[in-house]
Amino acid sequence: MSIKVRIPTPLRKLTNNEDLVEIEASNVGEVMQELQARYPGIQERLLDESGEVRRFVNVYVNEEDIRFLQNKETVLKDGDEMSIIPAIAGG
Amino acid sequence: MTKIDNGYMQALKCRECGREYPLTANHVCEFDFGPLEVAYDYERIGRNLTRETAASRPQSMWRYRELLPVAKDPTVGLEVGYTPLVRADRLAKCLGIRELWIKNDAVNYPTLSFKDRVVSVALSRSKELGYETVACASTGNLANSVAANAAAAGLRAFVFIPADLEQGKVVNSLVYNPEVISIKGHYDEVNRLCAEIAGKYAWAFVNVNMRPYYAEGSKSMGFEIMEQLDWTVPRHTVVPMASGSLLTKIHKGYQEFIRLGLVESSPYCVHGAQATGCSPIAVAQKAGLDFFKPVKPDTIAKSLAIGTPADGFYALKVMKETGGSADDVSDDEIREGIRLLAECEGIFAETAGGVTVGVAKKLIANGSIPKDDSAVLCITGNGLKTLDAVAGHVGKAKEIRPSLREFEALLNNEEKINR
Repeated sequence: MSIKVRIPTPLRKLTNNEDLVEIEASNVGEVMQELQARYPGIQERLLDESGEVRRFVNVYVNEEDIRFLQNKETVLKDGDEMSIIPAIAGG
Repeated sequence: MTKIDNGYMQALKCRECGREYPLTANHVCEFDFGPLEVAYDYERIGRNLTRETAASRPQSMWRYRELLPVAKDPTVGLEVGYTPLVRADRLAKCLGIRELWIKNDAVNYPTLSFKDRVVSVALSRSKELGYETVACASTGNLANSVAANAAAAGLRAFVFIPADLEQGKVVNSLVYNPEVISIKGHYDEVNRLCAEIAGKYAWAFVNVNMRPYYAEGSKSMGFEIMEQLDWTVPRHTVVPMASGSLLTKIHKGYQEFIRLGLVESSPYCVHGAQATGCSPIAVAQKAGLDFFKPVKPDTIAKSLAIGTPADGFYALKVMKETGGSADDVSDDEIREGIRLLAECEGIFAETAGGVTVGVAKKLIANGSIPKDDSAVLCITGNGLKTLDAVAGHVGKAKEIRPSLREFEALLNNEEKINR
Protein backbone atom coordinates (compact mmCIF):
# COMPACT_ATOMS: atom_id res chain seq x y z
CA MET A 1 0.00 0.00 0.00
CA SER A 2 1.38 3.39 -0.91
CA ILE A 3 0.43 6.03 1.68
CA LYS A 4 1.00 9.79 1.35
CA VAL A 5 2.21 11.26 4.65
CA ARG A 6 2.18 15.03 5.29
CA ILE A 7 5.11 16.09 7.46
CA PRO A 8 4.54 19.11 9.78
CA THR A 9 7.04 21.98 9.92
CA PRO A 10 8.68 20.94 13.24
CA LEU A 11 9.73 17.58 11.73
CA ARG A 12 10.97 18.73 8.33
CA LYS A 13 14.55 19.14 9.54
CA LEU A 14 14.55 15.34 9.82
CA THR A 15 13.02 14.76 6.38
CA ASN A 16 15.42 17.02 4.45
CA ASN A 17 12.58 19.56 4.23
CA GLU A 18 10.24 17.14 2.44
CA ASP A 19 6.66 18.06 3.35
CA LEU A 20 5.05 15.07 1.64
CA VAL A 21 6.53 11.57 1.62
CA GLU A 22 5.27 8.26 0.21
CA ILE A 23 5.41 5.28 2.53
CA GLU A 24 4.61 1.59 2.00
CA ALA A 25 2.59 0.40 5.00
CA SER A 26 -0.67 -1.35 5.88
CA ASN A 27 -1.46 0.43 9.16
CA VAL A 28 -0.58 3.62 11.07
CA GLY A 29 1.96 1.89 13.33
CA GLU A 30 3.82 0.57 10.30
CA VAL A 31 3.97 4.08 8.83
CA MET A 32 5.71 5.23 12.03
CA GLN A 33 8.24 2.34 11.78
CA GLU A 34 8.87 2.98 8.12
CA LEU A 35 9.35 6.72 8.78
CA GLN A 36 11.88 5.83 11.49
CA ALA A 37 13.77 3.52 9.10
CA ARG A 38 13.98 6.25 6.51
CA TYR A 39 14.47 9.25 8.84
CA PRO A 40 16.19 8.04 12.01
CA GLY A 41 15.06 9.89 15.15
CA ILE A 42 11.58 10.76 13.88
CA GLN A 43 9.82 8.03 15.87
CA GLU A 44 10.78 9.36 19.28
CA ARG A 45 9.26 12.70 18.33
CA LEU A 46 5.94 11.04 17.61
CA LEU A 47 5.75 8.26 20.19
CA ASP A 48 6.36 8.38 23.93
CA GLU A 49 8.44 5.96 26.01
CA SER A 50 5.61 3.41 26.07
CA GLY A 51 5.22 3.48 22.30
CA GLU A 52 1.94 5.43 22.33
CA VAL A 53 1.34 8.50 20.16
CA ARG A 54 2.46 11.55 22.20
CA ARG A 55 -0.40 13.50 23.74
CA PHE A 56 0.31 16.68 21.79
CA VAL A 57 0.58 14.87 18.46
CA ASN A 58 -2.61 14.48 16.44
CA VAL A 59 -2.62 11.96 13.60
CA TYR A 60 -5.28 11.97 10.89
CA VAL A 61 -6.05 9.44 8.18
CA ASN A 62 -8.04 10.93 5.31
CA GLU A 63 -8.95 13.85 7.60
CA GLU A 64 -10.23 11.65 10.46
CA ASP A 65 -8.49 11.67 13.86
CA ILE A 66 -7.06 8.15 14.45
CA ARG A 67 -8.46 8.26 18.01
CA PHE A 68 -11.89 7.92 16.36
CA LEU A 69 -10.51 5.01 14.30
CA GLN A 70 -8.23 2.27 15.67
CA ASN A 71 -5.31 4.46 16.75
CA LYS A 72 -2.00 2.89 15.64
CA GLU A 73 -3.83 -0.21 14.41
CA THR A 74 -5.89 1.84 11.94
CA VAL A 75 -5.77 -0.09 8.65
CA LEU A 76 -4.63 1.81 5.55
CA LYS A 77 -5.36 1.23 1.90
CA ASP A 78 -3.59 2.31 -1.26
CA GLY A 79 -3.77 6.07 -1.81
CA ASP A 80 -4.74 6.97 1.79
CA GLU A 81 -3.43 10.26 3.13
CA MET A 82 -2.03 10.64 6.62
CA SER A 83 -1.38 13.98 8.37
CA ILE A 84 0.66 14.57 11.51
CA ILE A 85 -0.34 17.79 13.27
CA PRO A 86 0.54 19.44 16.58
CA ALA A 87 -2.41 20.20 18.87
CA ILE A 88 -3.47 23.85 18.59
CA ALA A 89 -5.40 26.25 20.76
CA GLY A 90 -9.02 27.16 20.63
CA GLY A 91 -11.04 30.02 19.43
CA MET B 1 26.17 43.25 17.58
CA THR B 2 23.07 44.94 18.98
CA LYS B 3 20.96 42.86 21.28
CA ILE B 4 17.30 42.55 20.32
CA ASP B 5 15.11 44.20 22.94
CA ASN B 6 12.53 41.64 24.02
CA GLY B 7 11.13 43.69 26.88
CA TYR B 8 10.35 41.49 29.83
CA MET B 9 10.26 38.29 27.73
CA GLN B 10 13.22 35.90 27.91
CA ALA B 11 12.41 33.02 25.54
CA LEU B 12 9.78 30.61 24.34
CA LYS B 13 9.92 27.51 26.50
CA CYS B 14 8.41 24.04 25.99
CA ARG B 15 5.89 23.27 28.74
CA GLU B 16 6.79 19.59 28.54
CA CYS B 17 10.59 19.37 28.34
CA GLY B 18 11.71 22.95 29.09
CA ARG B 19 13.76 23.37 25.89
CA GLU B 20 14.08 27.05 24.97
CA TYR B 21 13.47 28.71 21.61
CA PRO B 22 13.87 32.27 20.29
CA LEU B 23 10.90 34.64 20.56
CA THR B 24 9.59 34.14 17.00
CA ALA B 25 6.21 32.99 15.64
CA ASN B 26 6.51 29.37 16.74
CA HIS B 27 4.24 27.29 18.93
CA VAL B 28 5.57 23.74 19.00
CA CYS B 29 8.61 22.07 20.50
CA GLU B 30 10.49 20.21 17.77
CA PHE B 31 11.27 17.38 20.14
CA ASP B 32 8.01 16.36 21.78
CA PHE B 33 5.41 18.61 20.12
CA GLY B 34 4.75 20.20 23.52
CA PRO B 35 3.26 23.73 23.47
CA LEU B 36 5.69 26.64 23.80
CA GLU B 37 5.05 29.28 26.43
CA VAL B 38 6.62 32.71 27.02
CA ALA B 39 9.18 32.82 29.85
CA TYR B 40 9.55 36.18 31.63
CA ASP B 41 12.14 37.97 33.72
CA TYR B 42 10.01 38.12 36.88
CA GLU B 43 12.73 39.82 38.89
CA ARG B 44 12.70 42.82 36.59
CA ILE B 45 8.91 42.78 36.38
CA GLY B 46 8.76 42.80 40.18
CA ARG B 47 10.82 45.98 40.26
CA ASN B 48 8.55 47.75 37.80
CA LEU B 49 5.01 46.53 38.39
CA THR B 50 3.40 47.51 41.67
CA ARG B 51 -0.24 47.98 42.68
CA GLU B 52 0.31 51.72 42.47
CA THR B 53 1.80 51.72 38.95
CA ALA B 54 -0.96 49.45 37.62
CA ALA B 55 -3.69 51.51 39.30
CA SER B 56 -2.24 54.76 37.91
CA ARG B 57 -2.56 53.59 34.30
CA PRO B 58 -5.60 53.79 31.98
CA GLN B 59 -8.36 51.27 32.68
CA SER B 60 -7.52 48.62 30.12
CA MET B 61 -5.87 45.18 30.19
CA TRP B 62 -2.58 46.88 29.32
CA ARG B 63 -2.24 48.33 32.83
CA TYR B 64 -0.41 45.05 33.56
CA ARG B 65 1.70 45.26 30.39
CA GLU B 66 4.88 43.96 32.05
CA LEU B 67 3.14 40.56 32.31
CA LEU B 68 1.95 40.57 28.69
CA PRO B 69 4.20 39.31 25.88
CA VAL B 70 5.08 42.35 23.79
CA ALA B 71 8.60 43.76 23.51
CA LYS B 72 7.59 47.40 23.21
CA ASP B 73 4.41 49.36 23.91
CA PRO B 74 1.31 47.64 22.48
CA THR B 75 -0.04 48.98 19.19
CA VAL B 76 -3.33 47.09 18.75
CA GLY B 77 -6.32 47.05 21.10
CA LEU B 78 -5.22 49.71 23.56
CA GLU B 79 -8.76 50.08 24.92
CA VAL B 80 -9.43 46.37 25.46
CA GLY B 81 -10.38 44.98 28.86
CA TYR B 82 -11.07 46.31 32.34
CA THR B 83 -14.63 45.10 31.99
CA PRO B 84 -17.02 45.39 34.96
CA LEU B 85 -16.89 42.98 37.89
CA VAL B 86 -20.51 43.06 39.03
CA ARG B 87 -21.74 42.08 42.50
CA ALA B 88 -24.62 39.70 41.67
CA ASP B 89 -26.79 39.50 44.81
CA ARG B 90 -30.00 38.49 43.05
CA LEU B 91 -28.34 35.66 41.16
CA ALA B 92 -26.48 34.64 44.36
CA LYS B 93 -29.82 34.23 46.12
CA CYS B 94 -31.19 32.24 43.21
CA LEU B 95 -28.18 29.89 43.09
CA GLY B 96 -28.04 29.64 46.89
CA ILE B 97 -24.62 31.13 47.61
CA ARG B 98 -23.54 33.87 50.03
CA GLU B 99 -21.60 36.05 47.59
CA LEU B 100 -21.37 36.05 43.80
CA TRP B 101 -19.58 38.20 41.24
CA ILE B 102 -19.89 38.35 37.46
CA LYS B 103 -16.80 39.23 35.44
CA ASN B 104 -18.60 40.63 32.44
CA ASP B 105 -16.58 40.25 29.23
CA ALA B 106 -19.88 40.29 27.32
CA VAL B 107 -19.14 44.02 27.14
CA ASN B 108 -15.46 43.78 26.26
CA TYR B 109 -14.23 46.28 23.65
CA PRO B 110 -14.53 46.24 20.67
CA THR B 111 -16.23 42.92 19.78
CA LEU B 112 -18.07 41.92 22.98
CA SER B 113 -16.10 38.84 24.00
CA PHE B 114 -12.97 37.95 25.99
CA LYS B 115 -11.25 37.20 22.68
CA ASP B 116 -10.40 40.89 22.29
CA ARG B 117 -7.85 40.31 25.08
CA VAL B 118 -5.95 37.57 23.26
CA VAL B 119 -6.24 39.28 19.89
CA SER B 120 -4.84 42.62 21.03
CA VAL B 121 -1.76 40.78 22.33
CA ALA B 122 -1.45 38.53 19.26
CA LEU B 123 -1.78 41.39 16.76
CA SER B 124 0.52 43.75 18.69
CA ARG B 125 3.15 41.01 18.72
CA SER B 126 2.50 40.10 15.05
CA LYS B 127 3.27 43.69 14.10
CA GLU B 128 6.46 43.61 16.17
CA LEU B 129 7.54 40.51 14.29
CA GLY B 130 6.84 42.23 10.96
CA TYR B 131 3.74 40.37 9.76
CA GLU B 132 1.24 42.09 7.48
CA THR B 133 -1.30 39.26 7.21
CA VAL B 134 -3.02 37.73 10.24
CA ALA B 135 -5.34 34.72 10.39
CA CYS B 136 -7.23 32.48 12.79
CA ALA B 137 -9.30 29.33 13.13
CA SER B 138 -12.39 30.24 15.08
CA THR B 139 -15.70 29.15 16.56
CA GLY B 140 -16.88 32.74 15.95
CA ASN B 141 -15.80 35.12 18.70
CA LEU B 142 -12.13 34.95 17.78
CA ALA B 143 -13.00 35.54 14.12
CA ASN B 144 -15.01 38.65 15.07
CA SER B 145 -12.15 40.00 17.13
CA VAL B 146 -9.39 39.27 14.60
CA ALA B 147 -11.51 40.83 11.83
CA ALA B 148 -12.24 44.00 13.82
CA ASN B 149 -8.82 44.55 15.35
CA ALA B 150 -7.02 43.77 12.06
CA ALA B 151 -9.26 46.30 10.29
CA ALA B 152 -8.40 48.97 12.85
CA ALA B 153 -4.68 48.12 12.62
CA GLY B 154 -4.64 48.06 8.80
CA LEU B 155 -3.65 44.38 8.63
CA ARG B 156 -4.92 41.87 6.08
CA ALA B 157 -7.00 39.15 7.74
CA PHE B 158 -8.11 35.61 6.91
CA VAL B 159 -10.61 33.99 9.26
CA PHE B 160 -11.57 30.33 9.04
CA ILE B 161 -14.86 29.22 10.63
CA PRO B 162 -17.04 26.09 10.67
CA ALA B 163 -19.91 26.34 8.17
CA ASP B 164 -22.67 25.80 10.78
CA LEU B 165 -21.94 28.95 12.85
CA GLU B 166 -24.67 31.26 14.15
CA GLN B 167 -25.54 33.94 11.58
CA GLY B 168 -24.80 36.69 14.11
CA LYS B 169 -21.22 35.55 14.42
CA VAL B 170 -20.74 35.31 10.65
CA VAL B 171 -22.13 38.81 9.96
CA ASN B 172 -20.04 40.11 12.85
CA SER B 173 -16.93 39.04 10.96
CA LEU B 174 -18.02 39.93 7.42
CA VAL B 175 -18.78 43.54 8.27
CA TYR B 176 -15.06 44.29 8.78
CA ASN B 177 -14.35 42.87 5.30
CA PRO B 178 -11.69 40.25 6.00
CA GLU B 179 -11.43 37.05 3.94
CA VAL B 180 -13.98 34.77 5.65
CA ILE B 181 -13.48 31.12 4.74
CA SER B 182 -16.32 28.84 5.81
CA ILE B 183 -15.26 25.20 6.18
CA LYS B 184 -17.67 22.30 5.74
CA GLY B 185 -16.77 20.60 9.00
CA HIS B 186 -16.63 21.17 12.77
CA TYR B 187 -14.09 23.33 14.56
CA ASP B 188 -11.54 20.55 15.06
CA GLU B 189 -11.45 20.10 11.30
CA VAL B 190 -11.07 23.85 10.76
CA ASN B 191 -8.21 23.74 13.24
CA ARG B 192 -6.48 20.88 11.46
CA LEU B 193 -6.74 22.62 8.10
CA CYS B 194 -5.38 25.85 9.61
CA ALA B 195 -2.40 24.00 11.09
CA GLU B 196 -1.61 22.79 7.57
CA ILE B 197 -2.15 26.23 6.02
CA ALA B 198 0.00 27.82 8.73
CA GLY B 199 2.84 25.46 7.81
CA LYS B 200 2.69 26.64 4.23
CA TYR B 201 2.03 30.41 4.32
CA ALA B 202 4.06 32.99 6.18
CA TRP B 203 1.13 34.50 8.07
CA ALA B 204 0.66 35.26 11.73
CA PHE B 205 -1.97 32.69 12.70
CA VAL B 206 -3.08 34.01 16.07
CA ASN B 207 -4.01 30.62 17.53
CA VAL B 208 -1.44 28.55 15.67
CA ASN B 209 2.08 29.96 15.33
CA MET B 210 1.26 33.04 17.50
CA ARG B 211 -0.36 30.93 20.20
CA PRO B 212 2.32 31.42 22.89
CA TYR B 213 1.68 35.19 22.80
CA TYR B 214 -2.04 35.03 22.05
CA ALA B 215 -2.89 32.74 24.97
CA GLU B 216 -1.15 35.02 27.48
CA GLY B 217 -3.76 37.72 26.83
CA SER B 218 -6.28 35.65 28.80
CA LYS B 219 -4.32 36.20 32.00
CA SER B 220 -5.55 39.80 32.03
CA MET B 221 -9.06 38.59 32.91
CA GLY B 222 -7.59 37.11 36.09
CA PHE B 223 -5.46 40.20 36.83
CA GLU B 224 -8.51 42.46 36.59
CA ILE B 225 -10.64 40.22 38.82
CA MET B 226 -7.98 40.41 41.56
CA GLU B 227 -7.57 44.18 41.33
CA GLN B 228 -11.36 44.65 41.27
CA LEU B 229 -11.65 42.49 44.40
CA ASP B 230 -9.33 44.96 46.12
CA TRP B 231 -6.17 42.95 45.35
CA THR B 232 -7.30 39.55 46.56
CA VAL B 233 -7.65 36.16 44.88
CA PRO B 234 -11.27 34.98 44.67
CA ARG B 235 -12.01 31.83 46.70
CA HIS B 236 -13.82 30.20 43.74
CA THR B 237 -13.72 30.99 40.02
CA VAL B 238 -15.94 29.25 37.45
CA VAL B 239 -14.55 29.35 33.90
CA PRO B 240 -16.07 27.99 30.65
CA MET B 241 -13.81 25.51 28.84
CA ALA B 242 -13.41 25.07 25.08
CA SER B 243 -9.71 24.29 24.53
CA GLY B 244 -9.18 24.82 28.27
CA SER B 245 -6.74 27.66 27.65
CA LEU B 246 -8.68 30.43 29.46
CA LEU B 247 -8.93 28.37 32.65
CA THR B 248 -5.20 27.63 32.72
CA LYS B 249 -4.32 31.26 32.01
CA ILE B 250 -6.60 32.69 34.72
CA HIS B 251 -4.84 30.33 37.12
CA LYS B 252 -1.46 31.50 35.78
CA GLY B 253 -2.54 35.11 36.31
CA TYR B 254 -3.41 34.38 39.96
CA GLN B 255 -0.04 32.63 40.41
CA GLU B 256 1.90 35.53 38.89
CA PHE B 257 0.27 38.14 41.15
CA ILE B 258 1.01 35.92 44.18
CA ARG B 259 4.62 35.44 43.04
CA LEU B 260 5.10 39.18 42.60
CA GLY B 261 3.51 39.94 45.97
CA LEU B 262 0.72 41.98 44.37
CA VAL B 263 -1.82 39.83 46.26
CA GLU B 264 -1.46 37.69 49.34
CA SER B 265 -1.33 33.95 48.81
CA SER B 266 -4.64 32.37 49.83
CA PRO B 267 -6.37 29.11 48.94
CA TYR B 268 -8.49 29.22 45.79
CA CYS B 269 -10.30 26.77 43.50
CA VAL B 270 -10.67 27.08 39.73
CA HIS B 271 -13.69 25.20 38.36
CA GLY B 272 -14.39 24.31 34.72
CA ALA B 273 -17.71 24.41 32.83
CA GLN B 274 -18.64 22.59 29.61
CA ALA B 275 -21.75 21.73 27.62
CA THR B 276 -22.82 18.08 27.87
CA GLY B 277 -22.76 17.89 24.05
CA CYS B 278 -19.02 18.61 24.10
CA SER B 279 -17.57 17.76 27.49
CA PRO B 280 -14.30 15.86 27.08
CA ILE B 281 -12.56 17.78 29.87
CA ALA B 282 -15.47 17.71 32.35
CA VAL B 283 -16.02 13.99 31.77
CA ALA B 284 -12.32 13.26 32.41
CA GLN B 285 -12.30 15.45 35.55
CA LYS B 286 -15.36 13.72 36.99
CA ALA B 287 -13.78 10.31 36.31
CA GLY B 288 -10.56 11.40 38.03
CA LEU B 289 -8.48 11.01 34.85
CA ASP B 290 -5.57 13.21 33.85
CA PHE B 291 -6.22 12.70 30.14
CA PHE B 292 -9.34 13.14 28.02
CA LYS B 293 -10.96 11.30 25.15
CA PRO B 294 -11.72 13.45 22.07
CA VAL B 295 -15.41 13.80 21.10
CA LYS B 296 -17.49 15.01 18.14
CA PRO B 297 -19.34 18.09 19.41
CA ASP B 298 -23.13 18.45 19.36
CA THR B 299 -24.28 21.45 21.42
CA ILE B 300 -25.88 24.88 21.08
CA ALA B 301 -22.79 26.26 22.85
CA LYS B 302 -20.86 26.49 19.60
CA SER B 303 -18.17 28.77 21.01
CA LEU B 304 -17.21 25.88 23.34
CA ALA B 305 -17.56 23.14 20.72
CA ILE B 306 -13.96 21.90 20.62
CA GLY B 307 -13.83 18.10 20.72
CA THR B 308 -10.03 17.89 20.87
CA PRO B 309 -9.14 20.52 23.48
CA ALA B 310 -5.46 21.44 23.09
CA ASP B 311 -5.08 22.57 26.71
CA GLY B 312 -7.29 19.84 28.15
CA PHE B 313 -4.39 18.18 29.97
CA TYR B 314 -3.32 21.40 31.62
CA ALA B 315 -6.89 22.39 32.52
CA LEU B 316 -7.30 19.03 34.29
CA LYS B 317 -4.02 19.62 36.10
CA VAL B 318 -5.05 23.10 37.29
CA MET B 319 -8.40 21.83 38.61
CA LYS B 320 -6.64 19.00 40.41
CA GLU B 321 -3.98 21.27 41.94
CA THR B 322 -6.46 23.90 43.12
CA GLY B 323 -9.14 21.48 44.31
CA GLY B 324 -11.51 22.66 41.59
CA SER B 325 -14.33 20.66 40.02
CA ALA B 326 -15.86 20.42 36.57
CA ASP B 327 -19.36 19.69 35.35
CA ASP B 328 -21.46 19.97 32.22
CA VAL B 329 -25.01 21.07 31.36
CA SER B 330 -27.59 20.21 28.70
CA ASP B 331 -28.84 22.59 26.02
CA ASP B 332 -31.98 23.29 28.10
CA GLU B 333 -29.89 24.02 31.18
CA ILE B 334 -27.74 26.38 29.06
CA ARG B 335 -30.85 28.33 28.02
CA GLU B 336 -32.02 28.40 31.64
CA GLY B 337 -28.59 29.74 32.67
CA ILE B 338 -28.84 32.51 30.08
CA ARG B 339 -32.33 33.43 31.35
CA LEU B 340 -31.29 33.40 35.02
CA LEU B 341 -28.37 35.75 34.39
CA ALA B 342 -30.57 38.05 32.31
CA GLU B 343 -33.54 38.09 34.71
CA CYS B 344 -31.46 38.43 37.89
CA GLU B 345 -28.66 40.73 36.77
CA GLY B 346 -29.69 42.32 33.47
CA ILE B 347 -26.77 40.71 31.66
CA PHE B 348 -27.38 38.95 28.35
CA ALA B 349 -24.67 36.36 27.80
CA GLU B 350 -24.08 34.06 24.87
CA THR B 351 -24.47 30.29 25.20
CA ALA B 352 -21.05 29.90 26.89
CA GLY B 353 -22.36 32.18 29.68
CA GLY B 354 -25.38 29.92 30.06
CA VAL B 355 -22.96 27.01 30.45
CA THR B 356 -21.02 28.84 33.19
CA VAL B 357 -24.15 29.82 35.14
CA GLY B 358 -25.67 26.35 34.75
CA VAL B 359 -22.53 24.59 35.94
CA ALA B 360 -22.09 27.05 38.85
CA LYS B 361 -25.63 26.19 39.92
CA LYS B 362 -24.77 22.48 39.91
CA LEU B 363 -21.48 22.94 41.77
CA ILE B 364 -23.17 25.03 44.47
CA ALA B 365 -26.01 22.51 44.79
CA ASN B 366 -23.63 19.56 45.17
CA GLY B 367 -21.36 21.34 47.63
CA SER B 368 -18.29 21.59 45.37
CA ILE B 369 -18.65 25.33 45.95
CA PRO B 370 -19.79 25.74 49.59
CA LYS B 371 -22.93 27.87 50.07
CA ASP B 372 -21.27 30.18 52.61
CA ASP B 373 -18.38 31.03 50.24
CA SER B 374 -17.79 33.59 47.49
CA ALA B 375 -17.44 32.88 43.76
CA VAL B 376 -16.65 34.71 40.52
CA LEU B 377 -18.33 33.57 37.28
CA CYS B 378 -16.44 34.39 34.05
CA ILE B 379 -18.88 35.50 31.38
CA THR B 380 -16.99 35.51 28.10
CA GLY B 381 -19.34 36.59 25.31
CA ASN B 382 -22.46 38.57 24.43
CA GLY B 383 -25.95 37.13 23.92
CA LEU B 384 -26.64 39.34 20.91
CA LYS B 385 -24.27 37.10 18.95
CA THR B 386 -26.20 33.86 19.59
CA LEU B 387 -29.82 34.99 19.29
CA ASP B 388 -30.65 31.81 17.36
CA ALA B 389 -29.97 29.73 20.47
CA VAL B 390 -32.62 31.45 22.60
CA ALA B 391 -35.14 32.75 20.06
CA GLY B 392 -38.41 30.87 20.64
CA HIS B 393 -37.46 30.09 24.25
CA VAL B 394 -37.86 33.51 25.84
CA GLY B 395 -41.59 34.19 25.57
CA LYS B 396 -43.35 36.31 22.99
CA ALA B 397 -44.30 39.97 22.63
CA LYS B 398 -48.00 40.60 23.23
CA GLU B 399 -49.53 42.31 20.24
CA ILE B 400 -52.49 44.71 20.50
CA ARG B 401 -53.93 47.56 18.46
CA PRO B 402 -53.03 51.11 19.60
CA SER B 403 -56.03 51.25 21.94
CA LEU B 404 -56.08 51.98 25.68
CA ARG B 405 -59.08 49.68 26.05
CA GLU B 406 -57.16 46.75 24.55
CA PHE B 407 -54.16 47.47 26.73
CA GLU B 408 -56.25 47.51 29.90
CA ALA B 409 -58.03 44.32 28.88
CA LEU B 410 -54.63 42.71 28.41
CA LEU B 411 -53.40 44.00 31.78
CA ASN B 412 -56.54 42.79 33.62
CA ASN B 413 -56.18 39.42 32.00
CA GLU B 414 -52.51 39.17 33.04
CA GLU B 415 -53.34 40.13 36.60
CA LYS B 416 -56.02 37.47 36.73
CA ILE B 417 -53.46 34.89 35.58
CA ASN B 418 -50.85 36.07 38.07
CA ARG B 419 -53.29 36.11 40.98
